[in-house]
Amino acid sequence: MISFASFPTQTQNYGITKHHPDVQDDVNMDIVFDEEDLSSKRLTCPGEVLTSSQTFMRGHGTYVVDEEVISSVAGTIEKVNKLISVRAVRTRYNPEVGDLIVGRIAEVQPKRWKVDANSRQDAVLMLSSVNLPGGVQRRKLESDELQMRTFFEEGDLLVAEVQAFFADGAMSIHTRSLKYGKLRNGQLVVVPPVLIRRLKSHFVTLPCGVDLILGLNGYIWVSKHVKDNEQEGEEGFDAEAVYSNRNDAIDDATRSAIARVSNIIRTLATYFVPLTDAVLLEAYEWCVEQEGGVADVLQQDVGEALVAALNAPR
Amino acid sequence: MSSRVEILNDGGYRSDGRKQYELRDITIDLTPRGSADGSATITHGLTEVLVEVFGPREAKVRSQTMHDRALINVEVSLLPFSASERRKRSRGDKRVLELAAAIKSTFEPVVQTSIYPRSEIDIFVHVLQQDGGLLQAGINATTLALITAGIPMIDFVCAVTGGVYSTSPLLDLTTLEENDTPNVTVAIMPRTKKVTLVSMETRLHVDRFGDVFKLACEAGAVLHQEMKVAVESRTRKLVGAMETGPSIAIPGAERGDRDVYMEDNMNDDF
Repeated sequence: MISFASFPTQTQNYGITKHHPDVQDDVNMDIVFDEEDLSSKRLTCPGEVLTSSQTFMRGHGTYVVDEEVISSVAGTIEKVNKLISVRAVRTRYNPEVGDLIVGRIAEVQPKRWKVDANSRQDAVLMLSSVNLPGGVQRRKLESDELQMRTFFEEGDLLVAEVQAFFADGAMSIHTRSLKYGKLRNGQLVVVPPVLIRRLKSHFVTLPCGVDLILGLNGYIWVSKHVKDNEQEGEEGFDAEAVYSNRNDAIDDATRSAIARVSNIIRTLATYFVPLTDAVLLEAYEWCVEQEGGVADVLQQDVGEALVAALNAPR
Repeated sequence: MSSRVEILNDGGYRSDGRKQYELRDITIDLTPRGSADGSATITHGLTEVLVEVFGPREAKVRSQTMHDRALINVEVSLLPFSASERRKRSRGDKRVLELAAAIKSTFEPVVQTSIYPRSEIDIFVHVLQQDGGLLQAGINATTLALITAGIPMIDFVCAVTGGVYSTSPLLDLTTLEENDTPNVTVAIMPRTKKVTLVSMETRLHVDRFGDVFKLACEAGAVLHQEMKVAVESRTRKLVGAMETGPSIAIPGAERGDRDVYMEDNMNDDF
């Protein structure tokens, strides 16, 4: 077969299906194989009939026509008792109350900030949902409204918790804890949200002097380690420090550790490996053992070796 | 212009060696690109289209935001080097706008926009090479990109171009054939066999229309098979990758490895 290619063919991640449409044998063979695999792994794609709506209730990722439940996304089928839903394999972040997220201020509006959180709409951070300077418990004043930009400005990164939802599904978030607030001393890495599993704690400290905040929305903050006694403020928390825009001094060793961890996260994300504290720790140790440069893990062969090492049974 | 070229010769072959009802080679690539939520590249012969989907995300234009459903935005760019003659089209070019409007109206009833009120779904269509069937390739690539972005849709949308040379219907036309024959683009939803788009820029005799239309619908079902295989192999691969990893039971790991091995084999084929 002659093929013309004016662009380099990308064969990096998902491969390419290539069939001649007339070669039905090949295609049919694939489909038989698919069905076998579908039943074991319960995968589906849009327009596929799942079951009858008389025996099952329709959940997310499905719709009902003529008493048939039909999938509307490509992903895995999940059944809970009589509820059938399809979870898309890769999609935007779906917020739930109590989730820890990392976001970026998109807009400052009267009494509220709009925060980009990788969701279908910007999150809302009300002025009343942040810690104001001078005592944790205090009414907000008009003067606070006028100086909202001294707390958070457009482009600032913050860590927050999902508090509630508005009628249209937009989420309201809050930073009313000393653990939450503005982020400094580090670097943001974005991965697909589905790769962040719910953990006991999303604040991870790696022994290499790096703190990680694994936002459930797929935003990960990699930063210099802050000692616990410095982090925990007293009663009157230090507004200067919390809303500061200035980075601390970061030594070279920490800088390269931050860069290395960020690169590991990017590599694992391209191979679609779910990220947990244990995985990251192991991956970091593996990379240090290899004695390569900080950026080595971004190379394809090193990345593949890393994933293979992580998957190897012990 | 090219009337000396035989569209269909006595042996029943077309100018590029295909039979009457033969479709061109299809290549589907679902590799994620940059920060896009979903992306797909599809080639029909020498026509190559890349689509990137962003969203659903916060609508940037307040005045267009709808309180009960998401807004679908389609932008088409024909790259200057995509045709045989180098030509730069402005953003306001009528043909480009028409293509975008056709894709938008095809997908508005198919995408379940009511799930995402006040949001926006941006679809960027880049035509990398053109050799006929632009609308067809644009629609097919957009379907795939929307699916990879995890945006809920009622069904796939599969489009095929059909034409008539004297009295014989042809499928999947190249530029050369498109210029010389009356043609029609049909987009179908394979599950219900419903038609979401019929677009005809030339005049076609009403007696011939039925044949071409039916053929195009059948060809759409064939394309659906191809697209489904691509989507399923991507889903399987991603789910397989997620099931591996050190924190989860080992039996899944073996299966994941096998998947990767298979993909490598496929890539070596060409």
